[in-house]
Amino acid sequence: MTDDAVSAAVADAHRREWAFVLAATARVTRDIDLAEECVQDAYVAALDAWSRQGIPRSPGAWLTTTARRRALDALRRDRTLRSKLPLLIEPDLPSAGSGADGPGDLAGPGGGPGLGGTALGGTGPGGSTAGGQAEDDVIPDDRLRLVFTCCHPALAREAQVALTLRLVCGLTTAEIAQAFLVSEPTMAARVTRAKKKISAARIAYRVPGAAELPDRLDAVLTVVHLLYTTGHTAPAGDSLVRADLVDRAIGLARMIATLMPDEREVRGLLALLLLTDARRAARADAAGRLLLLEEQDRSCWDRAAIEEGTALVTGALRGGRPGRFALQAAIAALHAEAPSYRQTDWPQLLQLYGELLRAWPSPVVALNRAVVRAMVDGPEAALAEIAGLELDGRLAGYRYLPAAKADLLRRLGRRGEAAQAYQAALNLTDNSAERDFLARRLAEVAAAPE
Amino acid sequence: MTQYVILIYENEASYADASPDAWQTAMEAHGRFAGQVGELGGKILGGDALQSTATATSIRGDVVTDGPFAETKEALGGFYLIEARDLDHALAIAKLCPAPGGGVEVRPVLDTSGG
Repeated sequence: MTDDAVSAAVADAHRREWAFVLAATARVTRDIDLAEECVQDAYVAALDAWSRQGIPRSPGAWLTTTARRRALDALRRDRTLRSKLPLLIEPDLPSAGSGADGPGDLAGPGGGPGLGGTALGGTGPGGSTAGGQAEDDVIPDDRLRLVFTCCHPALAREAQVALTLRLVCGLTTAEIAQAFLVSEPTMAARVTRAKKKISAARIAYRVPGAAELPDRLDAVLTVVHLLYTTGHTAPAGDSLVRADLVDRAIGLARMIATLMPDEREVRGLLALLLLTDARRAARADAAGRLLLLEEQDRSCWDRAAIEEGTALVTGALRGGRPGRFALQAAIAALHAEAPSYRQTDWPQLLQLYGELLRAWPSPVVALNRAVVRAMVDGPEAALAEIAGLELDGRLAGYRYLPAAKADLLRRLGRRGEAAQAYQAALNLTDNSAERDFLARRLAEVAAAPE
Repeated sequence: MTQYVILIYENEASYADASPDAWQTAMEAHGRFAGQVGELGGKILGGDALQSTATATSIRGDVVTDGPFAETKEALGGFYLIEARDLDHALAIAKLCPAPGGGVEVRPVLDTSGG
C-alpha cells in the first residue's frame, strides 16, 4: 500500500465517515470531548495501520471500533475522565441497534437511558473487536442523534452551525472560524460553550419524538441551508462561492435525506440545494463578476444536478401541503427548466411564491414575490409592493431590497431614483463580486441622460 | 432526573392592580400547572411567588440599595424548582407554566454536593 493511497483513503474516510464514527463513539464515552479526541486518534492510527495491513473493507467500522476501544481504555485508565454529567442517551429507535453484537450494544436498549455506569458496563468489548473482525460489527447509526443534538433549539443559531460543522462534518475550529470570518479563539469559545450547555443543561442525545419532530427538523434544515447560503454567497471577501461550505451543506442534506427518507422537507431542502448549486458555474464570468439569472449562460448549468433536484422536488410536493423548502425547490426547478429567462413560466412562479409566503410569511419571500410580480404585472406593481415592505421596516439593512428596487426603477427609466437605490444597496454590501455588479449598474444609470 | 428552576418573569404592572378575580384566575392556572407537571412525569420540588420588586433590596459589595438587582420591564416574580428527565422534558413542563405577563427561563441546578 503506498502512502499516497493510504492518505487518500484516510482523507476520504474523514469526509464520509466522520459523523458516523463520532456519533457511535459518543454513545460509548457519553462525553463529546472525549469522543472527539478518540476519533481523532483513530484517524491518526489508521494512517499507520492501513499502510501495514491494507485498507479495511469498511473504513468506518474500523475507525469506530478503534475509537471506541481507545475510549474504553481511557475510561478504564482514569475514571475521573468521565464527565460528571454524562451525555444523556435514550433507548434506540426500533430501526437502530437491533441485535447488534460487539460494541454497538454497549449503551443500546439494554443499557437504557439511566445515568452513570452503563457506559462502562464492564463487558470488555475492546478485546473482542481486534483486527479485521472489527469490520463485521454492526454499529447502530447515531448520526441523526448527533445532528439533532447539535441543532437543539436551546443552542444559539451560530452555536448550532459551529457545532454541526465541528461534530458532524469534522471541520477543525480554525476552518470553521475562517468560514465565518471570526477569530479562532472566538470560534473555539463558541464551540466550548455550546458543548458545556449540552452536558450542563442535559440536552439529550436523541432523535426527537413525533410531536416535536417538525419543529426540530426545521431547525436542522435551517442550519444546513444557512451553511449553504454562507458558502454560496460569502458575506464578505473576494470569492463569490466558498465551495467547501457548499459541498458540506449538500453532503449534510444528502446524509439526512438518506437517514430520514420519509421526510418531504428533507428532500425539498436537498432538491433546493442541488438546483441552486447547478447554476454555480454560470453565476460569475471569467473575471469573477456576478451574473444575474437573465445574463447566465444556461448551457453551463449542471444538468445532472437539475435532473436529480427536479426528481426530488416532485416527490417532496406530493402528499399534502408542501413545506417551505419543497416550495423553494419547486421555484428553483421552474427556473432550471426554463429554456431562457424570457421563456420562464412567470405566472406559475408568482403562484408558487404566493404559496411560499403562506407557508413561510417572511418579508424576504415577499420581496422575491415582488420581483416576480414585475415580470407578470410590470415594474410599477412590484414597486408598490416594495414600498409596502419598506414601510414595514423588517428589511431595513437588507441589501437585496434597495438592489431590487434599483433594478425596477432602472427598467422604468427613472435613473435618478435608481442611482440612489444602487448607492443604498452598495452601502450595505461587503461581498466584492456583488459590489462590483452594483457599482457597474450605478455607473450605467448615472452616465445615461434621463 | 435532573433539577431545574423555572424562573417566572412578568410585567409587574399586570399584577399590581389585579382584581380579586384576576388573582383567583392566576392561582387556578398555577394549580392546574401543578397537576400537569405530574401528568408529564415531572415533579415540583418547591417554588413560590415573590412580592413585587418594590419590596426588593439589593446589595453590591457593602452598598445596600433600594430596588431589584436589575431594572427590567419584566421582573422575576416567582419560581418553581422541578425535577425532569432532561432539558426537553423540562422545557415541555416550562411551556405549561403560567406567565401571561411575560415568560419563563429554565436553568439547570448546579450540583454542589461534590459527589
